[in-house]
Amino acid sequence: MSNVSSPNLLVERPSPDTLLIKLSGDIRGQSELLSIGVVRDVMDPTTGARLLLFESAGVSAWDSRFVAFIRKCAELCRTRNVELRDEGLPEGVRRLLRLAQAVPERIDARQVFVKAPLLQKLGESAIRGWRDTLELFTFLGENLAALGNLLRGRAQFHWPDALLVMQECGPQALGIVAMINFLVGLILAFVGATELTRFGAPIYVADLVGIASVREMGCLMTGIILCGRTGAAFAAQLGTMKVNEEISAFQTFGISPVEFLVLPRMVALIVVMPFLCVFADLISIAGGLLVSISMLDVTATEYLTRTIHAIQFKSFLLGIGKGSFFGFVVAYAGCFRGMQSGYSAAAVGEATTRAVVTGITAIVASDGIFAVLCNALHI
Amino acid sequence: MKNDETKIEIRNLTMAYGSYIVMRDIAATVQRGSIFVIMGNSGSGKSTLLRHMLGLQRPAQGDVLYDGESFWGVDDEARQAQLRKYGVLFQSGALWSSMTLAENVALPLVEYTDWSAADREDVVQLKLALVGLSGFEDYYPAEISGGMRKRAGLARAMALDPEILFFDEPSAGLDPITSRNLDKLILELRDSLGTTVVVVTHELASIFMIADDSIFLDADTKKMRVQGNPRDLLKHSTDEKLRNFLTRGGAS
Repeated sequence: MSNVSSPNLLVERPSPDTLLIKLSGDIRGQSELLSIGVVRDVMDPTTGARLLLFESAGVSAWDSRFVAFIRKCAELCRTRNVELRDEGLPEGVRRLLRLAQAVPERIDARQVFVKAPLLQKLGESAIRGWRDTLELFTFLGENLAALGNLLRGRAQFHWPDALLVMQECGPQALGIVAMINFLVGLILAFVGATELTRFGAPIYVADLVGIASVREMGCLMTGIILCGRTGAAFAAQLGTMKVNEEISAFQTFGISPVEFLVLPRMVALIVVMPFLCVFADLISIAGGLLVSISMLDVTATEYLTRTIHAIQFKSFLLGIGKGSFFGFVVAYAGCFRGMQSGYSAAAVGEATTRAVVTGITAIVASDGIFAVLCNALHI
Repeated sequence: MKNDETKIEIRNLTMAYGSYIVMRDIAATVQRGSIFVIMGNSGSGKSTLLRHMLGLQRPAQGDVLYDGESFWGVDDEARQAQLRKYGVLFQSGALWSSMTLAENVALPLVEYTDWSAADREDVVQLKLALVGLSGFEDYYPAEISGGMRKRAGLARAMALDPEILFFDEPSAGLDPITSRNLDKLILELRDSLGTTVVVVTHELASIFMIADDSIFLDADTKKMRVQGNPRDLLKHSTDEKLRNFLTRGGAS
């Protein structure tokens, strides 16, 4: 008596306690055919099946899905206390099944994901955040100690390394710094021009562009550019060195990675940033100049005189001082995240991302603090 | 066995990652001038043991003693001084990728000697010649093959004439001939310099060729099984797991 049938799979019941699955033809890629549901239905405990047989003489081709199906049948048989005889299966399938059963499943190997309650998750992320903060300050301490060693001339510090980094993050960044700051100058001037012309005082565009660039935009934009350009590179370099055991190699030679790798990068950015800021300020002012002489009734001489008059020396110093600080922040974020990196390609990618996020956040936040302080101190 | 012949002593070392214990109570001694092999299946904690001996990972318990002096029981500065006793060849070579081979070998000399640049250069050339890399001074690590990178790593490890050399899986990723040549080089260096050598490996051919002494780490019991010469262990040991390992499973 035949219960279920389809082109290549036939379930028969030669005797009341025996099931026979007959297979034939090409059963590759016929997943809808090899449905465990069908077997489960006919093997229902109420039907009293005790033995499962196969007949596959007519099978011309099979693939791994077929083996997986038989494995599922075997598992079902175990739970239902049905004996499975594999004599009727193709030789290859039987061998693969035996191979799959050779090593029993390690009970503790399969990872169980327990869904944590909200409060637990909150607590865990708070602990993680706290640890991260601790690491951040530990790294700061190590850096200050290294800086102290450098000043006393005892650091494992090579000036050529620092000069090389300066070359990479200074002169080679001039193009992008110029482009961005020129555009910022243009934008500031456009915004000022429309508003100030209404008051009949278009010449004050020079004040606006000059002060904004020198005090804020020059160092802020340059810091952000450097963070994306150089901070990310630092994190990727140090992260890759960690994956490659190069950092461990330094440690086994007693060479401090902070003094040898981090310090040159830090020093290079702190030294280079003020120069980049001055350059950025000049380019930004040039952008404002271009808008003013082409759109407004202002000559270049008038504009430049007004600019020189408007910018106070302390604003200029504040700008490049902040620039230097942002240089430190960028190098710190890049190196910290790089040294924190794990030992895989994905970890290096994550370190790079976190370096840029940390760097930009720290730059903008500290710029806000500077603004409040300057206001309070009337600088 | 005279006591002053002991170069390294591992004393009741327990290794753990957080609360996960890798191995407990490892105790072994390494004789001066011997080649000591740390054997074990993949994942048994061989490399972790090496990291503990190198000062890269702090033990959960126990200590490592070099020439009878504690390594982990002292402050960082004293430990830094002990670092000078050994050189390490990492699994991938771990050459500093931004430096040429010559610069890699020269850096430890720059940091720890007051030699003139010319002297340094001569020594760098000698060390590279010892590992068969004469003429490759100005190559970057990315420009040479894996086997050459390992040999260059060895040249760097030998830069400061260390009393002990550590090798992490020296034959990993090398073809049989290159691997055998590296083993010969290890033997040659030990014989000519008297260096104490510690090798982490699971390569049987290499173990039987170079080892004077060995320990076997068992991942299942998280314990060290025995210490002894692998050839003797193969003949006399009744430990089934170890025999299985030494015969590629042929003993079972």
